[in-house]
Parts: sequence; structure tokens; C-alpha cells
Amino acid sequence: MSKAVLSISGLHASVEGKEILKGVDLQVAQGEIHALMGPNGSGKSTLAYTLMGHPKYMVTGGSVSFDGHDLLPLTADARARLGLFLCFQYPTAIPGVSTVNFLRAALRAQEKEMPAREFLNRLSTEMKELKIDESFRSRYINDGFSGGEKKRMEILQLAMLRPKLAILDETDSGLDVDALRTVADGVMRLCGPDMGVLVITHYPRILEHLHPDRVHVLHDGRVVTSGGADLARQIEREGYEPILGTAAAATA
Amino acid sequence: MAIQAKELTKDYQFGFSDVDVSVFRTAKGLSPEVVASISQHKNEPEWMLKFRLKALDHFRKRPMPTWGADLSGLDFENIYYYVKPVEEMSRSWDDVPDSIKNTFDRLGIPQAERQFLAGVSAQYDSEVVYHSIREDLEKQGVLFSDCDTGLREHEELFRKYFGTVIPPNDNKFAALNSAVWSGGSFVYVPKGVKVDIPLQAYFRINSDNMGQFERTLIIADEGSSVHYIEGCTAPNYSSDSLHSAVVELVAHKGAKIRYTTIQNWSDNVYNLVTKRAIANENATVEWIDGNLGSKVTMKYPSVYLMGEGAHAEVMSAAFAGNGQHQDAGSKAIHVAPNTTSNIVSRSISKGSGRTSYRGHIKVLPKAHNVKVSVRCDALLLDEESRSDTYPYMDIDNPDVTIGHEASVSKVGEDQIFYLTSRGIPEQDATALIVNGFFEPFVKELPMEYAVELNRLLALSMEGAIG
Ligand SMILES: Nc1ncnc2c1ncn2[C@@H]1O[C@H](COP(=O)(O)OP(=O)(O)OP(=O)(O)O)[C@@H](O)[C@H]1O
Ligand SMILES: [Mg+2]
Repeated sequence: MSKAVLSISGLHASVEGKEILKGVDLQVAQGEIHALMGPNGSGKSTLAYTLMGHPKYMVTGGSVSFDGHDLLPLTADARARLGLFLCFQYPTAIPGVSTVNFLRAALRAQEKEMPAREFLNRLSTEMKELKIDESFRSRYINDGFSGGEKKRMEILQLAMLRPKLAILDETDSGLDVDALRTVADGVMRLCGPDMGVLVITHYPRILEHLHPDRVHVLHDGRVVTSGGADLARQIEREGYEPILGTAAAATA
Repeated sequence: MAIQAKELTKDYQFGFSDVDVSVFRTAKGLSPEVVASISQHKNEPEWMLKFRLKALDHFRKRPMPTWGADLSGLDFENIYYYVKPVEEMSRSWDDVPDSIKNTFDRLGIPQAERQFLAGVSAQYDSEVVYHSIREDLEKQGVLFSDCDTGLREHEELFRKYFGTVIPPNDNKFAALNSAVWSGGSFVYVPKGVKVDIPLQAYFRINSDNMGQFERTLIIADEGSSVHYIEGCTAPNYSSDSLHSAVVELVAHKGAKIRYTTIQNWSDNVYNLVTKRAIANENATVEWIDGNLGSKVTMKYPSVYLMGEGAHAEVMSAAFAGNGQHQDAGSKAIHVAPNTTSNIVSRSISKGSGRTSYRGHIKVLPKAHNVKVSVRCDALLLDEESRSDTYPYMDIDNPDVTIGHEASVSKVGEDQIFYLTSRGIPEQDATALIVNGFFEPFVKELPMEYAVELNRLLALSMEGAIG
């Protein structure tokens, strides 16, 4: 296995005084695609937010290294500048800040600024690939966007910012079949040796597009089992019961 | 770059002061003698002297308003009411004294303005020192001068309108201005003439303890249109300054006036301004009013909708930093039927800054089918910052459609997180959100003003963080 870009060990985190992550262990090698599944409320989004550095999520134990750096002492913006990216399950609207201005500010902050013409050309290309209408350039970020439009806007940012690792938190939820294909194709186009993906999902459909190297199951704040792409199909067929049953038995 | 900006905001960015080139100033304080000497110095006709003295009387009789911001720090006896910096008014840039040019240079004004703008009328202390009118404006019959010149050269026209929109006894500060006014702009646009480039004036206070009492009168004759822009900045002094202007607009049948203001007074200035417009049949009046800085601002641009089909648009933005109180809002008085008004206000409070929205909508009995929309949104940046809304409505006609929405919000943690998760540092993220909040206002501004406002906002934001 090649070098791990993300290495989580024994991660504990709580929100509003309640412990949600109870010792997460997970490794993602450079350029790999991993899937994270698990029942509602198992802590998947909490893990995503904790990794990205949301101030509400308090780390109470464990360690995370990202691309050779100790991630946990850093602020969210510093983590992003190291090459970590989160596609939000529920992206936030910023009224008055246009997509173009937002992207330029982000690129500048990450020292990936480019000349205006090149920027606009690239933006145009990426928007076409993602079937996002030109008018979205000047629309305020996520303001009044439909659920599916928000998801595509997240992938557009991913495409412009080119991180080392992208966490997609249920980016496939709420997308129609065609949009799902567009988004999945978009992600496939971007990932490769330079960009890995940790995709959080409930459905195997997106995984049929993404062909994950590994599938992990999170339950009650811990990764309880990992496997190949088959694991996702098994969950689709049989639900979590059999897996969690054996896992619970194993940890008992 | 960030460091540079911080350096600048250590002190008020425009807080430099030139060698005092004043050649004439009245004694400190207010008396009939001071008022008479202003009038005499300007060689004014008898009626204006009488007007001033009567106004002084009104001023003295009226109590200080206590319904709004705290004005207890104002000392009327510790102010120079008239300072005249140069003997003759300059028509060309070459005639402007070097020390004054330096001030303009440091403000970055002339480059931008000479290229882009039609007439430039810049007020240095009480007297206009630089003034030019583009030739084709003159050919169209547009009058654009300082108010003193307007009185001197077009007395009949001037007298017909002066003090008719805002009579001297309207309020205490209108009375004060009427007694000691000096400078400001006089604009007349003849019938059917559409002035396609904004007319603009740059005002500036440059004497310690100097009150600035400019007076602006704009008349748009039938079917004409004009956009007037005024931007202000003031140097920083340790003792309090007073700025009390009066702005009167008259839009005749079918005319359109847009009046854009961006003010950035230093934080010791009391900025107490009366602005009012009359909109006749099918006329449109738009106030675009941005207030940064000052210690206290009280300003409520208003429109009297006198003729059927008249329309009022008031869009204001206010930023109150530490120790500042922006008490702003607007008034729409619907006198005639089928009139409409649209009022949008955005305000931001930071630190101990405080913003108030004070609005008054009045619909008279004969004004049926009136449409009013008021929307005011406030953004608080800190726990201690504060915002209040005081909307007054007097509706005497049942046939009216009124929409009123108000909101107070805080910069959301999730918004900040979203932006920082893209690599944007928290301070810049806040600035983006703040600029975004003002965007509906900013997009109404000409390009270079939009840029300047965003820059001033960024400086105001940083200043309080450092
Ligand atoms: N900000 C918060 N305040 C209070 N509780 C929270 C907060 N965030 C998460 N939780 C709780 O933590 C638990 C895990 O939530 P999380 O959103 O991580 O689940 P998830 O695995 O992403 O679920 P889903 O599949 O429904 O998206 C839940 O019980 C949730 O209620
Ligand atoms: Mg979730």
C-alpha cells in the first residue's frame, strides 16, 4: 500500500458535550477512493466536520495526520490550504457573495490564483462539464439554489480548487439519475494519483461509478468493519443488521 | 498587503491635516454678529441676511432633539461657523493651492474624478476651491455651481426654490444650517435635458472645530434627469466637529433625480443632515445613502410624493464601529394618489457600534392606491453590538398596500466555517460576508465608488480587530 495521505487513529470527538466519535481508525492512501457508510446518526458527518475543523466539534482524543502534518491543531482554513476539501451535506448560503468572487477569494487564499482570463476559461469549462448554467457565475453562492444545484456547486469548487483529498458528504443524496452521473463523472475525472476521495454515502449507486478501493462502515462512532466494493452491495441487499450483529459480537 | 492596511488604520486613514491656509474665519461660537459677518463677507442680498437671522432665531428657540442619538457632547459655542480658505474661487486645477492639491492627492481624488466625471465641485472647508463644468453641460443649459455662486448669478431661480423644501424652522439643525450655510452645490437641469454623466462634489472638513454647513439645492425641470454624487471624508481631530448639511431636491413632472452619498467622517464628527425631496407628477427621486464613520449620524432622507404617479426609492447602508452610532432611516410622505415608495436599509454594527433604523411612512387621506415597501436588515458582528428599529406609520387611506420586513442577524458560524473550509482566513471570511451583506447597496454605485466603499469597509473591519 502506498503512503497514507490521511491517517486517523483513535479519534474521539464530541459536540455540545456529547461524545459522538468514540475511537475512529481509518487510513486513506494517496490517490485512493474510499467509501464510508453507516446508519443515520452513526457519526459520518461528525467525522467529516471534525476532520475539516469545525469549531463546534471538540476533539477529545486520538490523532490525525494529513499529508505528513498533524491536522488537529490547525484551523479550518489552514487545513484547506494543506489540500483537504469537504463537499458539504448541507452547503451554506452566503448572500451577496457571487460564485466568481467566492472562487477567486478561495484560490487566492490557497495561493492558486491565476490570471483573470485563465480563471474565467477554466471556470467556463468546468461549469460545462458539470452542466451548470453560466448564470450561476454571478449568483450568490448557494443562495436560493435547489438541493441538486448546491451539490453540483460543491463539485465545481472541488474542480477549481483541486485538493489532495476530498471528503464528499452524501453528495449523491437528492440528485436525479442524470445529475448523479454528471457529478460522479466529474469526481472520476478529478481523482487520480494527486487526489483521493472519501465518499460518505448511503447508496451503492454512486459507488458503481466511483469503484472504491475500500468500503468502511461506521457505527456508533467507530469503524466497525472494512472491505472491498462488495461490502456496499451486501449492505444494499441485507441492510446493516448482519454486519453490525457480527461486529457487535466481535467487540463484545 | 494585510499588514499595510493595518498600518493605515492605526490612525484614521485620512487623518492627516495640512498647514492651515485659511484666510478668513469668524469668531468661535454663534451670534447675530457672526451670522451677519458671514453674509457680509459673501456680499449677499438683504433677503438672505434676513433669512439667516430669522433662522438663527429658530435655532435658538428650539430645544435639542432628545428622541434620537445622544447629542450631549455637542458644544455650539466651541465651533467656527465660517472659514474661508482662499480668496478667489478657482476654475481650473492650476489655480488650486498646492497644499490643497496635496490633500486631494492623498485622498486619491483628482485622478479618478478628472477622467471620469463631468463637473467637479470640491468643497474645501467652507468654500469651493475647485470647480469645473464640462462644456457640453453648459451648452445644454445645465447649471452646476456651488450654492453661493448660484445665489449670486441666478438669484431669481435660486430664491424661487431655496428653503422651500426644507424651511428654516423645520428642525433645529436645519435652522442652524440656514443661519450659517456656506458652499454646497446648486444644480438646475432644464426641461427635457438628461444629464448622462454623474455630477459630483467632494466635501472635506479641514479645520479643527470647524462646522461644515453646506447647502445643496437641485432642481430637475420637467422630463429631465440627473444623477448627483457626493462623497465625504474628514481628517481626524481630537475635538468634536459638527457637520450639518441641508439638501433640497425638486423633481418636476416626469423628472428623475438620483442622489448618491457616501460619507466616511472621522469618528469625532457629529453628522446631522436634513435631506428632503419633492417629487411631482410621475417624477422619481432616488436617495442612495451610505454612512460609515462619524461619532453620531442622524439622517433620514425623505421624499414628499406630491404628484400622482410619483415614485421614491431610498436605499441606505450604515456601518457603525466602536463608539459610533448610526441613526439613519427614511421618510416617505404620500400626498398624491397612485404613488409608490421602496425603502431598503442595511446596517452593520461592530464592537460597541450601534445602528438604528428610524422610518416614517405617511399616507394622506386623498392618496389612494399607494404602494409602500420597507425592508430593513441589520447584521451584528459581536455580542455587544446593537441594532434597533423604529418604524412609524400613519396611514389615513385604507386603499394602500404596505409591505414591511425587518431582520436582525449575526454573522453565522456556519457561514464562516463554509468559507474557511475553502482556505479563506477567518478575517477575510468575515469581510466577504460583510461586503456581501452590503451588496444590494454597492451594486447601485458607480464602479469607483463601489471599489472605494469595499476598501473602506475592509479598513473599518480590520481597524477594530487589530
Ligand atoms: N451540532 C450538533 N449538535 C447536537 N448534536 C449533534 C450535532 N451534530 C451531530 N450531532 C449528533 O451526533 C450524532 C451523529 O450525527 P451525524 O450528523 O454525524 O450522523 P451521520 O452519520 O452523518 O448521519 P446521516 O446519515 O443521517 O447524515 C447524531 O446523534 C446527531 O444528532
Ligand atoms: Mg450526515
